[in-house]
This record gives sequence, structure tokens and C-alpha cells, in this order.
Amino acid sequence: MGRYLLRRLLQLVPVFIGTTFLIYWLVWSVPGDPFAGKCGDRGCPENYRAVMTAKYHLDDSIWVQYASYMKNLFQGDFGITFGNRPISDIITTSYPNTLKLAVVALVIEAVIGLGAGVLTGLRRNGFLDNLVLVSSLFLIALPVFVIGFVLQWFFGVKWGIITPTVSSEMRITELILPGFVLGSASSAYIARVARTSIAENRRADYVRTAIAKGLPMRRVVGVHLLRNSLIPVVTLLGTDLGALMGGAIITEGIFGINGIGRQVLRAIVTKESATVVGIVVVLVVVYLVMNLLVDLLYAALDPRIRYE
Amino acid sequence: MSDPSAASLVSTPRPEQPTEIGAPANAGLPAQKQEKPRGLLGDAWRDLRRKPLFWISAAFIVLFVLMAAFPSLFTSGDAVNGALSRSRVEPSAHAWFGYDVQGRDVYSRVIYGARASIVVALLSVICTLLIGGTMGIIAGYRGGWVDALLSRIADIFFGLPFVLGSIVILTTFNGSGTDNGEWTIMGLVILSLSVLSWPVVMRLMRSSVLATKEADYIVAARALGAGTGRIILKHLLPNCLAPLLVYGTIMVGSFIGAEATLSFLGIGLKSPVVSWGIMISEAQNYIRVSPFLLFFPAAFLVTAVLSFVMLGEAVREALDPKLR
Amino acid sequence: MSDILVSEQSAPGADGSGRPSGRLLEVDDLRVEFRTRDGVAKVINGVTYHVDAGETLAVLGESGSGKSVTAQTIMGILDTPPGFVTGGQVRFHGKDMLKMSAEQRRRIRGEGIAMIFQDSLSALNPVFTVGFQIAEQFRIRRGMSRSDAKKRAIEMLDQVKIPNAKGRFSNYPHQFSGGMRQRAMIAMSLALDPEVLIADEPTTALDVTVQAQIMDLLGELQRERQMGMILITHDLGVVADVADRIAVMYAGRIVEEADVYDLYAKPAHPYTLGLLNSIPRLDEKGQELRTIKGLPPNLMNIPSGCPFNPRCPMAQPVCREKLPPLLQIRSGRASACHFAEELVNRD
Repeated sequence: MGRYLLRRLLQLVPVFIGTTFLIYWLVWSVPGDPFAGKCGDRGCPENYRAVMTAKYHLDDSIWVQYASYMKNLFQGDFGITFGNRPISDIITTSYPNTLKLAVVALVIEAVIGLGAGVLTGLRRNGFLDNLVLVSSLFLIALPVFVIGFVLQWFFGVKWGIITPTVSSEMRITELILPGFVLGSASSAYIARVARTSIAENRRADYVRTAIAKGLPMRRVVGVHLLRNSLIPVVTLLGTDLGALMGGAIITEGIFGINGIGRQVLRAIVTKESATVVGIVVVLVVVYLVMNLLVDLLYAALDPRIRYE
Repeated sequence: MSDPSAASLVSTPRPEQPTEIGAPANAGLPAQKQEKPRGLLGDAWRDLRRKPLFWISAAFIVLFVLMAAFPSLFTSGDAVNGALSRSRVEPSAHAWFGYDVQGRDVYSRVIYGARASIVVALLSVICTLLIGGTMGIIAGYRGGWVDALLSRIADIFFGLPFVLGSIVILTTFNGSGTDNGEWTIMGLVILSLSVLSWPVVMRLMRSSVLATKEADYIVAARALGAGTGRIILKHLLPNCLAPLLVYGTIMVGSFIGAEATLSFLGIGLKSPVVSWGIMISEAQNYIRVSPFLLFFPAAFLVTAVLSFVMLGEAVREALDPKLR
Repeated sequence: MSDILVSEQSAPGADGSGRPSGRLLEVDDLRVEFRTRDGVAKVINGVTYHVDAGETLAVLGESGSGKSVTAQTIMGILDTPPGFVTGGQVRFHGKDMLKMSAEQRRRIRGEGIAMIFQDSLSALNPVFTVGFQIAEQFRIRRGMSRSDAKKRAIEMLDQVKIPNAKGRFSNYPHQFSGGMRQRAMIAMSLALDPEVLIADEPTTALDVTVQAQIMDLLGELQRERQMGMILITHDLGVVADVADRIAVMYAGRIVEEADVYDLYAKPAHPYTLGLLNSIPRLDEKGQELRTIKGLPPNLMNIPSGCPFNPRCPMAQPVCREKLPPLLQIRSGRASACHFAEELVNRD
């Protein structure tokens, strides 16, 4: 297990470096003038240019720039906006909101996806099965912003069940609809994966053995069948937390949630590229770390790969 | 990196285990499968023909492609110019879908919007398949350090969540200040879509190649002196093509959605180009007063995406012997 | 509760409604078909056999002859769909199990009738330890505490001669060798002290050297516990040492049933004769191996008359017209051949 962890960590390093370098290179080096389009419509103030150039060695080669950026990054310093606001400030104030939204979405998709997947996996080809299959296709196919707007209009505007936008207090009840919108596609994926997995395992020899041992049906299904079938589902859920936070941009925009996604949108519009890179890097790191955790979880759940 | 999300929608048929047979279930029916040698494709086609979903989605796709190629067949209206006097006029018998903020005919705009959406999606898919397919074949066939290197590169691109990655790429090249032409923007959108999506195709292809590479008939072909190029073209490709095409079809659907998402974020296609994403983006500020501005382009977008995804799903199910 | 209902050796149904026929387990004119998309396959076409306490019945046949499906029907683990029981009875202590409630049948499994599967790697749950899977039965079926159940499970592993049973308790199935895994499987099936043990090709997946060990172990345990055992196999060599009686199956029917010695000495069905002749023999080295020509019949389209007639070297016109019933030809032997007498009486 220890060696496995080490190997996975080592594999993560080049991916992490590669990804962050790619982003850095695209934002700071490709445009030629590193400050082109970074400070809104009026161009960068002289002192901002000076500070950033000194801090990130923008006069040096891209390698030096990247190294100093990473060094600062590891010290929690993401640089400043041209308005002299530390980017880490923006991140720390908005990050908890996004995390909250993502967790709500994760819970919702776990409940919906697992429920639908287990039910349909056990009883294939019934009415419910077809209903779930078709509706999951819908959820997968619809872009988030379409689902978001449509549901916002129906629930918030037409029926008035909820307020169309989320208040700054971020109450859980307010987050249910945005959470559903954010997790909609994933819950469909989870339902499908769970369904396939259960349907495949249902005929497995070991399930037959469990029945032949005279175990009650609920134990056969609840322990033997589910324990095996849920391995891919749990891993999918794990990977999703990272993806949800990355995907929260649109949902946050629609429902007016003050999370990092909204900050990215704002930074795009006001041309604060430094903020965009900072946040994207954070999200990528979260995504990668979640993937690593999921791999470890996988090893923990399936003893067959534990000692590889 | 384990990648359950990529495998979930498009599970690669595993050639190393042909028709997984529940041993007891089929123990009593020996030799009965071999009696009608129709082949996988014949079987799949027989299966497909009976699915209403297949025909419905195929019909919609034909319709949308016609729309993209010959929009004038469907409307004689003007999609670009409007009269402010009819700003946000509700749908009526005269203008079925109403007029948008600038008084442009929404119906003509959704028809003309099909072209940008479908062209971008199709070209992106072709690019993605070409990049990913080539990389996958090379990685799978050469193996060794080439495989390791290419796989790590794929990991890097795979590590970038889609929306975030395209935001970075497109803000750099297509930020709100830049003044790119219509075709440049299209190219950039296509580029960012395919650059961020090829790793999945590569993995699909790589595992297909790995699985078939050691198959007896390939070994036999090599023993008979067939060259690498010939083996890849004649033997490997046809075997890997089916899952790739299925994935491609589904991808057209999701790329239509992705293009709209990027336009919606303001970093993709821009007015005066007409696309469904742009229309939805423009409509969002009027969602309370004129929801029809949102619903018509959204409905077209959703139908198009669904048609491609469902077609792909139908083909996949038909091709997957395990689901029979 | 009535958990003990089936575990008492003598009790023919606690409520007294059972017909005490003296037989432990009887399969009577069982019929099973598989309904698939391509048609209906008649997999079991009137199988009748029985097993008593302390005896071993070997069920012999090619793959597809229906021997495993019969066993699955007895256990109640037939995949439905596609498998459907269309007729017959399976009587345990005289009571028809096919008419019992799901709950009654469940209580018989493990305690009354237990089963060993062919491929122990796929038959054991890969994500639980072997010990857990054995102890589970003591906990769920006997209500034992975790520690008692563990103790009993280790005893069981000990009984099937797994070295270091205590240490192996917490190993996963994939950490066992094939032979050891099959021993664990045996321990699991014997945990609740069943009256009948069905062993479905228990040694097919194993090395030849290990095969003999496993068969010896099975035979030993069967004698110790005075179990009835149904040994399903396609391997004539395995049968000879262990079995008391043999039932030969072909195309979902019993074609011959006899004592081991009678059957080997004088087969009363051409199919059995063909099977015996196809065993390679040292004293006939160099000669061509005698095989049964042709293929097993398509179960969706079984030949009229005797299903073996297209492959039978002795086939006569009558064989294509009349299905020979399974008839008693001597005491303790039966054959489903029009020419059984001629076969037995020839030199």
C-alpha cells in the first residue's frame, strides 16, 4: 500500500507540473507582451507592471518565470490583481462557497444516481428502467446552462417556489436547485454506471454462491452484490468533486453564487488574467488530488489491486 | 490515472473477451450461435433497424444537417438584420418564434444558428479523432517509452477540466479585447475543443490496439511478412473503428453543447455570427420578461445534442454483444 | 425458530405433511427450458434421479447435457429468465421444493443442500476474505457472535486441511492457490452441515495432481458426515473411485443409471459405451482413439425418437421414431435404449 501510494504520487508530479506549466505558458508567455489584455480596457498601470515583473521575473525565460510562480504559489501567494488586491484573498473568500455548492451537488447526485441506478440495475427493462435511461440521456446531453436557465425560470420565475438567485448567506435550501443543476449530468452518469455495474454483477458466480449459502436476499444484494458493484460508482463520485468545482462556473453565474467560478467569470470580463490563472491552478490541483484520492480509495475498496 | 468518467458513456467493447457467456445459461445451447454467421456489423444493423430511437434521432440529424447546409430551404427571413421597432415582440402567426431584442426574427436565427454549431462540432470531432486516434495507435503499437511519454502527455491534458481549460485557451487568444475574424474564432474554438478532448480518444484507441495487437490473426499477419503500415491499416483500424465512430457520434452532440457553453461564457463565437449559444447568452438578461427568447434556441440546441447522443448510444448498444 | 427444520437428519418436514418416502433427495421427471431470443431450448427433458444419505451419485455427461442445470434447479439458483421449470418435482425429505415459498427454500440452502462450484475463483466473492465468507453463514444463519463465528470458520478451514487455517482466515480468494481455494469452497459449503452436497465439477479447473487430493478429501468428508453427495462431472476417471451409483445424462435426459461396477463392466446404453471407449488406454497405445462421432444435439431442435440416434452406431429405424423410456432392466439399473438387453447380454 505504501509503495502504491508513493508510485501514484510520483506519477502525479509530472502531470501537475505539465498542467500548471501549460496554463502559465498560455497566459503569460504566448500573448507576447505578458501584460496584454490583463488589466481591463485601460492597460496595466506602470507600478503593477513593475511589481509583477520583479516578482515573477517576467524579463527572464519562461522557465524562470514558471519556477518563481510555482515558488510563490506554494507559499500561498497567487500574486495581485491590477487593482492591488491579493488574488489569494479572492480565492479564500469565494472558495468556501464553491465547496459548499459542490458538496450539496455531490450529495444530490449520489442520492439520485445511486437510487436510480440500483433500482434499475436490479430490475432491468421495466418501465422505470426505460424512464431512467431516457432521462439520464437528457441530463447528460443538456448543457448545464440550459438546464440552469430552464429550471431557474420555472421554479424561480414562473412558479415562484424559490428565489431565482442565491443570497449571500448560502442557505442549504437555496442551494438545492443549483446543486441539482450542477450535479445533473453527473447524477445521470452515476445512475448509468451503477445500473450497468449491478446488472453485470447480478449474474456473477459469487452472487449465485451467496444465494446457495442460504443468505437472505437483502444480504445477498445489500452486502455481496452492492459491495462489488459500488466500486466504480464510489470512484466516479470521488473524481466528481473536483470536476464539480471546476464546472461550477456556469451554475454560479446563473444563480448568482459568489464562488470562485463567478470570480473567474468576472475576471474574464474585466480581463484580470492573473486571477484567472490563479483560480484555474487551484481548481486543477484540487482535481488532481481528488483523482489521486480516488485511486487510493479504489485500492482500498478492491483487495485485488491492493498489493500490485 | 483511472478514468471512470470516460468509460461510463462509451464503454469500449473488449475484444479480448468475445461474447461473455454466463456459462450455465448457455451450457445447453452449444454451437447455436455459429449457425448464422452474420458478423458483428450485420447483427448490429439488424438490431438498429428495430429501434425507433435510432430512426428518430437519425431523422433529426438529417434535418439539422440540411438546416446547416441550406438554411434558405427553411426560412426566407433575415437572421442578421432587425428592426428595433419590433424588439422582443412575442411569437405570433406572422413570426412563429417572435423577435429578439434587436428586432431580429428568432426563427431565422435558430435556423441559421445550426450552421455554426454543427460545423464547429463536426470539425472539432474530426480533429479530436485524428489527434487522439493517431496518438493512440502510435502509443499502443510502439509501446515502451513512446507509450509512456504519450500517455503522460495525455494525462496532462486530461488533468485540465474542460471548461477551465477552454477558458484559459480562449481568454488568451480570444479575450474580450481581441479582434479576431469570424473564421479565426471558429478555428480557436475548434482548437480548444479538440486539444482538451483528444486524450479520451487516445486511451480508447490505445486500449483497442493493445487488445488486438496480440490477437492471433495479427501475429499471423506479421509472421507472413505484412509491414507495420499494412497491419495498422488493414487489421488494427477496422477493429478499433467501431468504438471510435460511436464515440465520435456522441462527441458531436456534446461538442454542440460545449460550443454553446463557450459562446455563452463570452469567450467562444461572437455576434454577428449566429449560433444557438450566442442566442441563449443574449437572451439570459431578458429571461424574466421574454422567456421565449431563451426557449427556442435552447430547444433547438437540446434536440440537436440529444439526437447525436442518442444515435451514438443506439449504435453502441447494438454493437455491444453484452447488452443483447 | 424453524431453522432446525431441515437440519435434523430424520425429520421429514416438521409439520408432518411430507410423505416420508425414505429418499433424502429425489428429482422426479424434471423439465426445464431456456427461452431465448432465438428460440426455446429444452435443456432438461424429464430427469429423474435420487440420492440417499451416505451415498454418492455421480451425474455424468458432456457439457450441455443438462447436468449442471439440474443441480441449479435443485438449489433454486437457476437464472430466470431465461431458465424456466416447466414440470416435475424436486423432493427433499418427500416435500416438493418447487412448491415451497422462497423463504422455505432459502432455509434449505446451505443447511439441507449445499453446493460446490466449479470455478472457485469466480464463485467466491473477490472483495471479502475467505474467512468472512465462511463465518458469514454462522453469523447470519446461526446467529453466532463475530468471534464464535470466526472460531468455527477456522475449524472448518482446518477440517478441509488448509495449513495455517488461522492465518489464512483473513486472506482474500485471489491469494489462495487453486487447490486451496477449492478446499475453502468445500469448507464454506459444509459449514452448516448439509445433508446433501452437490459438487458441480469440483475438480475440472484444477491441476491433475490436485484433482485427486480434492476428490479424496470430498470422499472422506462425505463418509464422515454420512452426507448424500451428487457429483457432477464429465470425467469418467474421477467417478470410479468415489461414486456408488452413476447416472449418465444426454440431451437433458438420463440415458442410463447403474452401480459403478455394473456400468463400467457392462454399459447398457450405446452412449455410455462410447464414453467408456473414448478413454485412452495404455494397452491400446498406437491405435486410433475411439470417439463418439458427431456433435451433441441442438437443444432447440432435438432429433425425434431417441435423441442419440444420429450419433449411435447401433441405430435402427425404430430409434428414429420412438423415444425409448428409461426402463429398469435389472435391479438397480436402468437404461433408455431400445436395445439395452442386447447390449448387456452380449459378450
